[in-house]
Amino acid sequence: MMKAEKRVAAALSAALLALVSVPGALADGGTITVNEDISVSEDCDWTRFADDNITLNVYNWGLYISDGSDDSVDVLSAFEELTGIKVNYTTFDSNESLYAKMKSGGATYDVIFPSDYMVGKMAAEGMLAPLDFDNIPNFKEIGEDYLGWDFDPDNTYSVPYTWGTTGLIYNTTLVDEAPTSWAALWDVQYANNVLMFNNSRDAYAIAAKKLGYSLNPASVEEVETVMQELKAQKSVVQAYVMDEIFDKMEGGEAAMAPYYAGDALTMIDENPDLAFVHPSEGVNFFVDSMCIPANSKNKEAAELFINYMCEPSVGLANCDYIGYSTPITRVWEQLDDDLKYNEIAYPGEDVMNKAEVFTTLPDEINAAMDAQWSEMKSYEEGGSGWMVVVLLGLALVISFFNIWRKLRKKVRDDY
Amino acid sequence: MNKKQSIILQRTYIVLIFCFMYLPIAVMIAFSFNESKSRSNFTGFTLDWYKSLFHNEMILSALGLSLVLALVSSVLATVLGTLATIGINSMSRRTQLVVNNISYVPVVNPEIITGVSLMLLFVMAQNFGLGGDSGLFGWPTLLIAHITFNVPYVIFNVGPKLRQLDPSLYNAALDLGCTPRQAFFKVILPQLSPAILSAFLICLTYSIDDFMISYFNSGTMQTLPIAIYSMTRKKVSPEINALSAVMFCVILAIILISNAADSRAYRRNQTAIRKAMQEEGAR
Repeated sequence: MMKAEKRVAAALSAALLALVSVPGALADGGTITVNEDISVSEDCDWTRFADDNITLNVYNWGLYISDGSDDSVDVLSAFEELTGIKVNYTTFDSNESLYAKMKSGGATYDVIFPSDYMVGKMAAEGMLAPLDFDNIPNFKEIGEDYLGWDFDPDNTYSVPYTWGTTGLIYNTTLVDEAPTSWAALWDVQYANNVLMFNNSRDAYAIAAKKLGYSLNPASVEEVETVMQELKAQKSVVQAYVMDEIFDKMEGGEAAMAPYYAGDALTMIDENPDLAFVHPSEGVNFFVDSMCIPANSKNKEAAELFINYMCEPSVGLANCDYIGYSTPITRVWEQLDDDLKYNEIAYPGEDVMNKAEVFTTLPDEINAAMDAQWSEMKSYEEGGSGWMVVVLLGLALVISFFNIWRKLRKKVRDDY
Repeated sequence: MNKKQSIILQRTYIVLIFCFMYLPIAVMIAFSFNESKSRSNFTGFTLDWYKSLFHNEMILSALGLSLVLALVSSVLATVLGTLATIGINSMSRRTQLVVNNISYVPVVNPEIITGVSLMLLFVMAQNFGLGGDSGLFGWPTLLIAHITFNVPYVIFNVGPKLRQLDPSLYNAALDLGCTPRQAFFKVILPQLSPAILSAFLICLTYSIDDFMISYFNSGTMQTLPIAIYSMTRKKVSPEINALSAVMFCVILAIILISNAADSRAYRRNQTAIRKAMQEEGAR
């Protein structure tokens, strides 16, 4: 009886072992080597569009792919070499630019890289094509933690490309004690020593979290309350910045600033005095995804491109270059231990449980947020409103003077 | 204030103005040799950014597009603009005024209005089926847009020069046996050529420089300013410093060479005149 049980157990564990090792064996078996850094799995017909003379229009964030500069791997030319498809690679600076460009009707893209909430917005407006995952076998490489978020619950339209969190970067030599809360950005002792996001959504998220709200406002009143908080912060803020943050923090020009975790790592590399913390109120978790616009004319080739981007060797090159966290499990496994278990890039449960993802906002709330953000930015104690009046008056005086001069000249000429 | 003081004041003023103009460029060039990506700390000398610039296909292709576009659009705009100027010059005084003012509007109009309105026009044309399946946007729209905003600059550069020209010059050429075409190519055009050349250079600069109008009309293409702008979420790469340094040096070289050629031509001209006068005197 005992023996039989043991035998069953042994058989079971053998079966389990076999089950576990089979996918691994398949994946390991057969790779195509493109160059010394890039090799792709064989279970995909990479060359099926080689003779079709296809050009893929890829629209990505600036500096968001391993492009061969700075000793990195040139991912795109390896793709062209592998598949015979030409890539027309262009870049944008924000989700809103991407959206505007697509809406204007001025351009047709095949692969785009919107962030979470923009995926939701575009999907809701029918701008995205549902993906055919038979053409993207590498989708299985994506870790489950990064799938099924609110903006695209079944991942019908999007495949995660990179992800990350926001957090607080601070200069250890310029703060008395390490901040642990977003409230530090409101602390008057750091007046004129604090930087803030120069985009409404990210800045809003911080103020909302500080007040204990969700970073996706449910009503216009909520937007107003949170924006009041941002207005109150204005006297402490040195500048509203985006990429200038690198110089300012690396150069020690500011004590603290909120930014994306991946970029914080880059800054800490440059200036070891810097440190990063995920504030206790919770942070924003973002996923930049790959999607195919509904009007793409090369959908299958675009899916081949997305599949290529999910290849572990490609993902590793991109992860190396961009510095943001990777959703591809096998890429994460290949990382150095100090990055792999880095609390900044791959935070633990305590941070992730409190992290919130941006969702698509209703139009009226979006409009309220935009309007109040620009109002907050232009709001100035001590009335810059007067400046406008003075300038207008000056312009009027000058034009009257000009007319008077012309009239006088005419009178003189008439003599 | 005595004379010495006022000279010192003049000098400082000039130095200050030149500092404002050239210090930023000097800093940029210096940091193109910086070893790290930092724009505030100079950590060591390197030529790596220049090396990696010439391997960066995206920047190079954006630069290529910008240069070719600037060249083609400037040539076309200069030809169109010069022809327009000659046409305008032979109109009645009142029509001249009207046409000149109309062509002035695009110059004073904010670029964003020109950009968006051109885009709307192209979208409309595309909806009527122009450009076929692949759409209109791309090379054709960029080229048309750039020619459009360049032509007024040509008109306002060549126009005054043409008005300064003695109208009897053309008649004299005809009297001396030129056909109208010969009179234009042998007499009028050489007189206008400095203005035309400077108009061409202005167009080239504006075209390379332009962000707004290209942004709305580029389709899936990307000029250099658009490529640089898109880097602002991450950090603008030092390769751009390297590229700007190269462009600055090339432009400086062009200016120096053309000035040297100009002054040589001037000197040769002067010697010829002096020689002729001496011969006159000897006779």
